Amino acid sequence: MSAIVVENLTKQFPDEPQPAVDQASFEVDDGAFVVLLGPSGCGKTTLLKMINRLYEPTSGRILVGDVDARSLPVTDLRRRIGYAIQQTGLFPHMRIEQNIAVVPQLLGWEKPRIDARIDMLLDLVNLPRSYRKRYPRQLSGGEQQRVGLARALAADPAIMLMDEPFGAIDAITRTRLQDELLNIQHKLRKTIMFVTHDVEEALRLADKIIIMRTGTIVQYDTPLNIVMQPRDRFVQQLVGTEDMLRRLSLITVSDALAAQTPGELTPALGSRGSTELATISPDADLRSALSQLLRGDNAALAVVDQQGATLGQITFADMHAAVADRAVGA
Amino acid sequence: MANLLAGFRYLINNSGSVLSLFGEHLRMAAIALAIALPLGWLLARVTWLRGPVLGVLGVIYTIPSLSLFVLLIPVLGLGLRTAIVALVAYAQVVLVRNILIGLVSIDPAISEAARGMGMNGWQRFSRVEFPLALPLILAGTRVATLSIIGIGTVAAFINGGGLGRLLFDGVATGNRGKIVAGSIAITMLALGANVILRFFERRAALAVRGEEQAASS
Repeated sequence: MSAIVVENLTKQFPDEPQPAVDQASFEVDDGAFVVLLGPSGCGKTTLLKMINRLYEPTSGRILVGDVDARSLPVTDLRRRIGYAIQQTGLFPHMRIEQNIAVVPQLLGWEKPRIDARIDMLLDLVNLPRSYRKRYPRQLSGGEQQRVGLARALAADPAIMLMDEPFGAIDAITRTRLQDELLNIQHKLRKTIMFVTHDVEEALRLADKIIIMRTGTIVQYDTPLNIVMQPRDRFVQQLVGTEDMLRRLSLITVSDALAAQTPGELTPALGSRGSTELATISPDADLRSALSQLLRGDNAALAVVDQQGATLGQITFADMHAAVADRAVGA
Repeated sequence: MANLLAGFRYLINNSGSVLSLFGEHLRMAAIALAIALPLGWLLARVTWLRGPVLGVLGVIYTIPSLSLFVLLIPVLGLGLRTAIVALVAYAQVVLVRNILIGLVSIDPAISEAARGMGMNGWQRFSRVEFPLALPLILAGTRVATLSIIGIGTVAAFINGGGLGRLLFDGVATGNRGKIVAGSIAITMLALGANVILRFFERRAALAVRGEEQAASS
């Protein structure tokens, strides 16, 4: 089922020569993490803000959970959709708990339910419960952004809109927040639309990426397909598809194992005992596999899963095949 | 020195009437604020109204107080009502401008978050915009109140009441104690209003910044 359906969506701001978003159409599956990626001014934020009607479309249609977004009172629509933004937009005069409680209060939840929810959310975003009574100013930027995330999740919306939420945060904290967001997403399976201009961030987080340029959608596909089969030169340059390491980082070891022809595998196992080889998890990406291979003396890595079972070996040739193979299909 | 003592004696002996004159002053400030608040809110939303409205209020502010009182007499007659209208009109330029600045200087990310989370217009105003604009609104109220207290003294001239009556009566009857009493009362009112409003202004500013000192509120 599609959580969000966008049909021929156009936004023409007055006094602008061309539409900010021009005839955009796409569907977002239930529980999918979709990243809107593009250079500044490409219309990605405008597109996002039309979904919760912070901007009203000039033409076209948006279905949110099979309901036309325009058929709902605008405040009802927004209370159903989580919203997190770059400067967090936390209310500085409210304590952390009051900030998180805003939407549940608007929805008229009972106080004990809101209380329990605040504790649960602080746990979820890895903030101590003692932060409830603090004010946003007393928290670091990364912590504030966690509160922003908790606040967006407060009323347990099925859909989350995130507008460059990690844009103003230092690189180390950003990476950690990205990991935690992915963890949370594994647990909660929200439908997320996430705007960024950071290619690395998009590739790390997205199930699918929508690439935009001057108001139109250039390509809508999985990170791997975009890197392997960029639609045009713009996508190639934006995403840096020629970067082989980037390609490697999007393919898992188990993908590469699956691509092996059965004949190659057995002799490799037989000729060298896999006990001597460095091991790697099947969930690791090929970029870290390559790095590990280069660090050791052997020409292969043993693939060992969490239970300790050896699934096979991968070699440099497998990695080469994995990135080259698909390029042929482009 | 003898005059000063006479002044204080007058204040003590007539504390009831002096207090009711205090009340008249405070009422003017409240009415002025009640008009200025919606006006400032309106200007924060409707950009094109700002120039004309602030322009008109600025012009009113430049009319000397006595002329404004006299100008209003043919329309509203002598008395308290005329005085209130004039003083409220004077206060508008300071109040409206401060309310407007308070509302439009709120971080756009905060306003957008409030909208994006599904607050309606009233909820945004009462829960977010008003508390955040409050320090500037109170600063405007303080300045406006002080000028109302000052100009309000003249209102007694058109039978408008207020503490100015002590001065005018004192001059008319040659009662020095009364003149000094009036001066003391007006000065105390102005100083007191300044201290009290300043206190609330500081508190509001701390609350806006989300500091621990405001936690007791």
